[in-house]
Amino acid sequence: MGAPLLEVKTLQKRFAGIVATNDLSLDVKAGETHALIGPNGAGKTTLIAQLQGELTPDGGTILFNGRDITREPAHRRAHLGIARSFQITSVFPQFTVLANVALAVQAQQGHGFRFFRAACDDPSLTRPAREAIDQIGLSDRAHVYAEDLSHGERRQLELAMALAMKPALLLLDEPMAGMGRQDGQRMTRILEGLKKNYAILLVEHDMDAVFALADRLTVLVAGRAIATGLPDAIRSDPAVKAAYLGHGS
Amino acid sequence: MPESSSNSTSVLTALKQAWPAVLVLILLALVPTISQVIDNPFIIRLFTRVVIFAIVAVALNFVLGFGALVSMMHAGLFGIGAYVVAIFAFHEYDSSPLWLIPGTANLAVTIPLAIIVTAFAAALTGAVSLRTSGAYFIMITLAFNQMLYYFFVALQKYGGDDGLQILASLEFAGVNISRRVTFYYIALCVLAVTLVLFSRLINSRFGVILQATAQNERRVIALGISPLRYKLAAFVISGAVTGLAGALWATGQQFVSPSDLSWIRSADFVVMAVLGGMARVWGPVLGAVVIVLLEALLPNYTQFWQLPFGVIVILIVVYLQGGLADLFGRARQPGGGGH
Repeated sequence: MGAPLLEVKTLQKRFAGIVATNDLSLDVKAGETHALIGPNGAGKTTLIAQLQGELTPDGGTILFNGRDITREPAHRRAHLGIARSFQITSVFPQFTVLANVALAVQAQQGHGFRFFRAACDDPSLTRPAREAIDQIGLSDRAHVYAEDLSHGERRQLELAMALAMKPALLLLDEPMAGMGRQDGQRMTRILEGLKKNYAILLVEHDMDAVFALADRLTVLVAGRAIATGLPDAIRSDPAVKAAYLGHGS
Repeated sequence: MPESSSNSTSVLTALKQAWPAVLVLILLALVPTISQVIDNPFIIRLFTRVVIFAIVAVALNFVLGFGALVSMMHAGLFGIGAYVVAIFAFHEYDSSPLWLIPGTANLAVTIPLAIIVTAFAAALTGAVSLRTSGAYFIMITLAFNQMLYYFFVALQKYGGDDGLQILASLEFAGVNISRRVTFYYIALCVLAVTLVLFSRLINSRFGVILQATAQNERRVIALGISPLRYKLAAFVISGAVTGLAGALWATGQQFVSPSDLSWIRSADFVVMAVLGGMARVWGPVLGAVVIVLLEALLPNYTQFWQLPFGVIVILIVVYLQGGLADLFGRARQPGGGGH
């Protein structure tokens, strides 16, 4: 695999004395699925938020495609190709599935100051939106309002919106959060499909999914990366076992 | 879907959704005839007020109902539009220049000017207030409203507290539009155009961003959109139309005063939008009709008219959570539907 698409160097973030990100370095190579695991409170979501731009780090640098984006605002990072799906589902409840995804397409195209033509039947928005919806398996729910979707479907919508942004890097924050076994397995299959076309930084608690999907893993404990390596190496790493995996398996 | 059929169906669906608005406009268009038949000229005056306030309520609802921005300064913007017309008419009557600009009673000049000045004021105040949200936005816009109010109170030259009578005879490029009925129909046309304008805006790419920002601003940013400029543009458009309504108000009344800018009137506009129904572009028109009529009619029955007024408002809000527009069926956000 090639040069790193995303490179994080000695990242620091603290909240009122609590160190959420502690001297953290990691990278995601082009085409790679890099999973980030760790116990609750390890700072996984905080890291995702800093990569997406919602939080600004206190120190360290974030390079994307070799470019320093540490101080770049979130909306510009989205245009550079970083898409985040949220741990707590974050969609537009009073829009249909299609309108939700069409807005993501529109954001990616960048023409927001168009005042008269109706956006909802503009094929340059709806066609790419439908593609993303098909890709994620929500086609028959396209006209349902997001607030009427099931939890699992809303997680899928979340992902479809990220895809519609045509990103180079997907930041997936617990895509299976709150899903039952069946929905989780379905989501794993969807992600297996996406894995071929995107670089992914995946935060997930479901270890079956993580070991099925990840090319590499980083274990985060108390804001610090205690190990990075191939899945087999991580599975047998004694420090990781002690800190984290020991409880589950 | 084929392009041609989607075009004609979208006209049909637009009509299907907007028929209550068309009905209300037709009823409003009958007012001068009714007033003639029952020989009561007061009705036209009353409904001129309804129509002009309806324009403001619709403009306000663009940012309130679709942008979740509770502006408490729309009376202030309304007053700016009104004062522009009145001040230029004052200088025309006085034959004195306003600094170097000559006064004029020609509304073909002063109405566009009122729109521009109000839009500019909305841009300045919006650039500050839109950096906040929720209760802070309400408080800042309220503060701006009071600043504008006291600004016009302090303008002694233009009547200060007492207001400013328009003594020059206003005309529109040589045409006299001051006849009550003529003026009423002009205001009604402006309302109709306003409704069409905002209906288009709501469903455009711009309108979709505005509504999405109101629902989930954090997600809009994550998608790659910086919402501030869209909120500001919406606020300026809303302000410009409100300034136009203010200019009409000054023309119809031949009088402006700081009380036109009172914050209570700002609150009235909010009540009109909420009561009428914020989920539809035309909802606030119903609110304007009901509020203005109740305010005019209830005092005939009791001097404690605010009491039944309050009870009626509470009943409407409790039983029709989407406002009076819900009488015509429940609505979902128009920009959110997709074909």
